[in-house]
Amino acid sequence: MEETRNSITDIWGPRTGYEGPWPIRVDEQLTEPAENWVQSACVLCSNGCGLDIGVKDGRIVGVRGRAQDRVNHGRLGPKGLHGWQANHSPDRLTTPLIRRHGQLQPATWDEAMSLIVDTSKQLIREHTAGALGFYTSGQLFIEDYYTLGVLGKAGLGTPHMDGNTRLCTATAAAALKISFGTDGQPGSYTDLNTTEAVLLVGHNMASQQTVLWARILDRLAGPNPPQLVVIDPRRTYTAEKATVHLAPRVGTNLAVLNGLLHLLIEHDYLHHEFIKAHTVGYAELRQTVEKWTPERVEALSGVPAEQLLAAALIIGTSKTLVSTALQGVYQSMQATAAAVQINNIHLLRGLIGSPGNAILQMNGQPTSQNTRECGADGDLPGFRNWGNPAHIQELATLWNVDPDKIPHWAPPTHAMQIWRYCETGSIKLLWIQATNPAVSMPELARIRRILRQKDLLVVVQDAFLTETAQLADVVLPAALWGEKTGTFTNTDRTVHLSYKAIDPPGEARADLDIFLDYARRMDFRDKDGQPLIKWSTPEEAFEAWKACSKGRPCDYSGLSYAKLTGGSGIQWPCNEQYPDGATHLYTDHEFNTHADYCETYGYDLVTGTEKQPEEYKAQDPKGKAFLKAADYEPPHEEPDEQYPLWFTTGRVVYHFHTRTKTGRAKALHEAAPEGFVQLSAEDAACYGIREGDLVEVTSRRGQATEPARIGGIEPGLVFMPFHYGYWDQDQDPPRAANELTLTEWDPVSKQPHFKYAAVRIRKV
Amino acid sequence: MHLGNYLGLLENSEKQLARAFDKVSRHHQDEPDIEQMCQKLSAWSVRHGGQLQPFLVRYADSRSPEPAAMEKVLFGQPRSGSLALLRDLHDLWLLTNEVKLCWDIIGNAALALRDKELEATCTACEAETKRQLDWLLGRIKQAAPQALVVAA
Repeated sequence: MEETRNSITDIWGPRTGYEGPWPIRVDEQLTEPAENWVQSACVLCSNGCGLDIGVKDGRIVGVRGRAQDRVNHGRLGPKGLHGWQANHSPDRLTTPLIRRHGQLQPATWDEAMSLIVDTSKQLIREHTAGALGFYTSGQLFIEDYYTLGVLGKAGLGTPHMDGNTRLCTATAAAALKISFGTDGQPGSYTDLNTTEAVLLVGHNMASQQTVLWARILDRLAGPNPPQLVVIDPRRTYTAEKATVHLAPRVGTNLAVLNGLLHLLIEHDYLHHEFIKAHTVGYAELRQTVEKWTPERVEALSGVPAEQLLAAALIIGTSKTLVSTALQGVYQSMQATAAAVQINNIHLLRGLIGSPGNAILQMNGQPTSQNTRECGADGDLPGFRNWGNPAHIQELATLWNVDPDKIPHWAPPTHAMQIWRYCETGSIKLLWIQATNPAVSMPELARIRRILRQKDLLVVVQDAFLTETAQLADVVLPAALWGEKTGTFTNTDRTVHLSYKAIDPPGEARADLDIFLDYARRMDFRDKDGQPLIKWSTPEEAFEAWKACSKGRPCDYSGLSYAKLTGGSGIQWPCNEQYPDGATHLYTDHEFNTHADYCETYGYDLVTGTEKQPEEYKAQDPKGKAFLKAADYEPPHEEPDEQYPLWFTTGRVVYHFHTRTKTGRAKALHEAAPEGFVQLSAEDAACYGIREGDLVEVTSRRGQATEPARIGGIEPGLVFMPFHYGYWDQDQDPPRAANELTLTEWDPVSKQPHFKYAAVRIRKV
Repeated sequence: MHLGNYLGLLENSEKQLARAFDKVSRHHQDEPDIEQMCQKLSAWSVRHGGQLQPFLVRYADSRSPEPAAMEKVLFGQPRSGSLALLRDLHDLWLLTNEVKLCWDIIGNAALALRDKELEATCTACEAETKRQLDWLLGRIKQAAPQALVVAA
């Protein structure tokens, strides 16, 4: 066994303080020497670290970081170093299953696909394709997503396509579209090498993107450390390193951010020329944030006025700034409105489109960006605008179908609504891929009820018999990462190619092959009677996607499998203008807001209503960015006598999504085999709870029991890691945090609220 | 001068609208976005009613009974299901248009009277009423195809 470092006990590895480029350090984890190495990248957080898969005798024997990759310079985190072990888990699905007489029983691929295809055809005959819904993953590849998007939008013509990216990155997409006209991160991870300040909002980077955090730790150990402002209600690893840590009450992000904006304006930390030349909406923003004085922010959020001032001083006076946001913003009240205020900070100071300046509206995984780009979620491929007939026509021409085939009469159905249509019975076939809603969705009792519904055919395509697959009617065994070839894009737009290193077990198939088989059996045709989907290999699918992306902001047309092989990942846009990719978007401070180019005509940040094209065209910002204001609103559920405590959720460093893979990697499982209930010493004393005591947490929707962990959190707040489910433990007593969370979502991004609820606790 | 009458009509219409949003919120608690947004928009209408008070005093006159009769037609029995939701949103949209037109009309009268304060109130409230309408239309467009084409 070769291991360059113990990433379980030493999460981020040794420090190498630096100035200039980040030094290389190759992390490696091998159970035995590899015969050959296969190029890939890690899919277990949104950092997207380049790595090579070590193979021997047709099995993965380990991984090593790719020294030349721009993202990680060879480093890997605990999940990257150990997560691959899941591929060899003995409980992989190896054959299709069909529910017969109440039991899932082995079946042939032909039986399983025929059942899905026959049901699809019958439902379309009786109810139109509106009776079919797709709930996909953030874990597939571009080739899979694009193929799924085409078969759903131009083959079936159903508006009901979304994925679990709705739970993690929908707000990132919405915030970027609203401020800058289209999706796409303005900056790069490399901006962390030089930036003077970092603002982390609701983002525990130390746990969620360990390699990116190592980059910051190395800066902190170097000659010119950046100043860190961290906004998080818990004292996380990230918060411990902060220059200023603001710990607001749950649900008050917007008040705190408006307070910061107010101080920037009051102290005139503004780039007036930039605001005038490149933005619209300043007057309204100024008016909205005016009343958010430090005293008022303190009264509402509990953040001391002097701390807010200290944070504003750092943000207002640093010459460069990298800001990040994650689920603490996206899954909280006023998610999109708050995320947009982070963009506003950069716009007020003109800190965008140049080295050292980045806004990273983070994602959960390096493959989720691709759902947004390829149209497998609510968006249209290539960041096209569903409200713009010319964009629909472009897709119709590309796919050679009638424009009316492509659903664009209303906003695409978001995930929460897809589940509601399943609940009320109008969606009758739900096809779930590589995700586990029975653990990851809010209010799990409701989700289990829906999955068990008699008139809903549930198809689950996965590598394991997850909590969701156990409730399915048809289970399709899928290949995992390392067992199929494809590309994916991380948060800073870096595209990586991941080659197939080994064969999938048994009869398991690549997701792309499953989609192609469905399309062939459904006999989807274009206007000339030719097969709608004209590709059959990953590389052909990538070429088709390149054609679709050409001319749009996420332009992949300069990329190829050959170009992505051998070296580093490459950032989009990659085309004739940027043959090696572009580090920054908006370098000329021209944004993607032109009426004929933008991805959205805008939203009402309070009601979530999409604006009408006429209205937008009448005030076409023609390349100026939007400074969108929003005032604070209280959360919908607040503690009361019955449920006196706030509840919030998050992730620990050793697990990913619903632990489907990381729970099956020995070292990761052993490092965090169970969840916990984190509470303050004050609350623990009040309830007579000691470290390790079993605590039952109850909300209006359910309950969960886990051992107590005391400290590092504000009094009145209870935290549980989500995504601990039941595949490795009995359902009783329940332990999943999402037994407790709300069926409720942000009006703009439709992302569910996982970060607040009212609960009560008792010692078991 | 009949402005007082119209202000009374508007006040009543806003009250009806607030009650109607509230009712739809209660009737469709299984649709979380409907429940919450209708509560929020009901609060807007309540606030608009409050903003009218100084002008009701200023232009005191009789009240019109018209909107009370209108509500009876629009909201008879509680309805549930996807088609019922569509019908309720449809009716809310009609009622909201009634309110919007009132703000429009009174805003015009305010111009004729050179009552700057009333004019400003009309401009602000009409803009919010339009946001109520926009949300309703957006949500109707989202619900309609599924309710009319797919649902049983």
